Amino acid sequence: MRVQARFFAAYRELTGASHTEVDLPQGATVADLIDTLRARGPAFSALPPKPAVAVNLEYAPADTGLHDGDEVAFIPPVAGG
Amino acid sequence: MPYAEITSDPLDPALLLARVGSPEDGAVLLFLGTVRNHADGRSVSGMEYEGYREMALGVLRRIAEEAAERFSTPNLAVTHRLGALEIGEVSVVVAVSSPHRAEAYGASRYVMEEIKRRLPVWKKEFYVEGAPEWVRGTVPPADGSPAPDAGAGDP
Repeated sequence: MRVQARFFAAYRELTGASHTEVDLPQGATVADLIDTLRARGPAFSALPPKPAVAVNLEYAPADTGLHDGDEVAFIPPVAGG
Repeated sequence: MPYAEITSDPLDPALLLARVGSPEDGAVLLFLGTVRNHADGRSVSGMEYEGYREMALGVLRRIAEEAAERFSTPNLAVTHRLGALEIGEVSVVVAVSSPHRAEAYGASRYVMEEIKRRLPVWKKEFYVEGAPEWVRGTVPPADGSPAPDAGAGDP
C-alpha cells in the first residue's frame, strides 16, 4: 500500500520536504511508517522517533493501522494562539 | 451552534461579536490574542503562523463544540488567523455570550487552553536581531482528546 506523509513547520524544514509518498507492507502501522521514513537518509532520520501524527486529519497513536491512500501528517509541538 | 473559522485574512473582532449575544444572555465576552513585540527578553519584529489548515478547522470546531457543551454556551465564535502578522495584529478571536458571566469566562478560557494544547498551528518568531525561530510548542495528546480538567476551576 502507499500512503502520503506530510510535514509541517519545523519538521518540514528538518526533512526539506512538505510531503512524500511511502510504500508499506499490508498491516503496517504509524510506527512502521516512522521507522521506514527515518531509515531513508539523513534528512528524514532527523525526525524524532515518536512524533505526534495525524491520520486523515485526526490525531492517531503510534499503533494505529494504516490503509492505502491514507494521509499521515507529522505534527511538531503546536503553538497556536 | 458554535462557529469556528481558520483564515488568512485580517480578523475583525466586531464580526465575531455579531455572531454571539441573545436576549437571554446578560454577559458578552470578547478575547483577542495579539502579536507582542518581545519574547524571552528579545525584541520581536513579527510572527508567521503556519497551520495544517484542513485539520485545524476540524479541531477548532470540536474545541468550540466542547466549550459550548461543557459551559452551556452555544453562543460562541472563534477564529484563528494564519500567515504573516505584524506586531499588534490579532491572531485569534474568541467571542462568547451567556446568561451570567461565569460561563462565558469559563468557555473563553477553555477554547484558548485547548487551542494551545492541540490546534495544529505553529508560529515562527522574527527578531529585531538574529535568525527567526519556531516558537517552542506543546506536544499534543496522541489521541487528540481534551484535557480531563480543562477549564475547571476558572472564574
